[in-house]
Amino acid sequence: MGLGFALGIYLPIAEISVNVFVLFFMGAAVGFLSGMFGVGGGFLITPLLIFYNIPPAVAVATGANQVIASSFSGALTHFKRGTLDVKLGSLLVVGGIAGAGVGIYVFVLLRELGQLDLIVSLLYVVFLSTVGGLMLYESLQAMRRTRAGQLSNLKKPGQHNWVHRLPFKMRFRASKIYVSIIPVLVLGGAIGFLSSIMGVGGGFIMVPAMIYLLKVPTNVVIGTSLYQIVFVTAFTTVMQATTNQSVDIVLAMLLMTGGVIGAQYGARIGQKLRGEQLRALLAMLVLAVGLRLAIELFVTPDDVYSISIALATRAVQ
Amino acid sequence: MNTPAAALILIIALAAGQQARAQQLPGNKETVEIGLSTDTIAITSGFRGTDLTVFGALDNADPLIQRQGRYDIVVVLEGPERDFVVRRKDRFFGIWVNAESVSFQHIPASYSLASTRNLQDIATPKIFGQLSLGVNNIFYEPIPDGFGSSESLKEFTKELPRLKLKQRLYNQRPGDVQFLSSTLFRATLSLPANVPVGKHIARAYLFRNGEFLRESSTSLNIVKAGLEFRIYRAANQYSLLYGLFAVFLAVVTGWMGRLVFRKD
Repeated sequence: MGLGFALGIYLPIAEISVNVFVLFFMGAAVGFLSGMFGVGGGFLITPLLIFYNIPPAVAVATGANQVIASSFSGALTHFKRGTLDVKLGSLLVVGGIAGAGVGIYVFVLLRELGQLDLIVSLLYVVFLSTVGGLMLYESLQAMRRTRAGQLSNLKKPGQHNWVHRLPFKMRFRASKIYVSIIPVLVLGGAIGFLSSIMGVGGGFIMVPAMIYLLKVPTNVVIGTSLYQIVFVTAFTTVMQATTNQSVDIVLAMLLMTGGVIGAQYGARIGQKLRGEQLRALLAMLVLAVGLRLAIELFVTPDDVYSISIALATRAVQ
Repeated sequence: MNTPAAALILIIALAAGQQARAQQLPGNKETVEIGLSTDTIAITSGFRGTDLTVFGALDNADPLIQRQGRYDIVVVLEGPERDFVVRRKDRFFGIWVNAESVSFQHIPASYSLASTRNLQDIATPKIFGQLSLGVNNIFYEPIPDGFGSSESLKEFTKELPRLKLKQRLYNQRPGDVQFLSSTLFRATLSLPANVPVGKHIARAYLFRNGEFLRESSTSLNIVKAGLEFRIYRAANQYSLLYGLFAVFLAVVTGWMGRLVFRKD
């Protein structure tokens, strides 16, 4: 039992040997951030795993699995505090599962065409830079308003947008909103789709969308988003396991253990920070990951040729 | 989950074993045999590649030719056949995208070769071509798709072994077959960390004065052992249960984290 054994572990599905501590700390660091910001952390884990030479298909599927753990403990906390809208969350889950089902189908198709890696990167770049940019702009505005002595209030009474003119309205008591179920289902579906293709929970899109589109109060947003994420990522994990056999339990366990520990400390720091500051920080983080992936797309690869096992079997990388 | 030994020693089967197959050519009485002490190698979680030592015997050799060192032996371990696709990235609007691709069928997933000398010193390229012996002589059979030109076919056929060599799945070690006595030889082959599981075929080729005499072969099974093998098998055979278990593990981990840190 040498040092080599203590550090290295063979991942049965990714089919490579990795360093236990690198993955553990990767999980812990992302867990810390996810605890701080109340997001699942999948949008960080998946790119990091790809940077660490885990085949993208395995990174995406395992990323979704890892997100369950941090989201579950977070959702539980919010449930106890009463900052979770079960009714709204469940409706989002319904949309999410439909979206994830479509997503898995597209995932398999892209993998066979050899375009999965590219599409995953492109989706990350587009979503991370858009969402990050919008959030940064908004939170800076809010900070400016606070400094000017005004009250920053996201839920402006009487101010409705086009979303609130849609039919099939439903009342969500915990969120204190009265809104059409169409945008809720569509939002859930879109997040589910992204969850299965990108290996994310989708909190980084869900949170701002709920705040700005549905006008859900900030205190209920994170809990409800986590609630939806738990169910959709659980569904995605099972779907990935059955269609692609690309969920690596060993990899997921390493990330989750680190993640759960990191999340606890992150949550404590998060409570001490103000809402706008928290959003500005998250926005910058989202932008940074997006930028890193964007650069990757334009940089000339070391080798323009690649080889993989044909058809929808495991990539040799 | 013990670390694998630095070298897996596979011992001689001097008597013609059941697996060993020797092709007799009239007029030449020399025979070559290789044998493996085991027909299965198990890869455990610590596996980072290893050297595989194969012993073999050259019998009925002409002592004169033997002394002049004009017997040559090439030993090859060929992995299971798979279909592969080679892709080339091209630039579109500044972004690198997988564009052209060619699929190949019945390609050995791994290929380790050891020989007494450099291949070009052993025999002519034509002979190696006929035997499909050596990384550059394997027949890379494209799957016709009706698109690719013969030029791109040539290009991708050249890239396939290069990529395989880069991944260390293909490797050639001239000089790593050594005679220990007038009849006994030892070949040292590389098993890379990412060696594919499945049935591998070990072949020994005997050459005299640049002329191919005969070949013998035996098979070797490489399997994943221990927990990781069971995980791999579960993921493939019981994928639904595996997926549900992955979810269960995640939920328990999340819940445990809460229990442990609940004090505040």
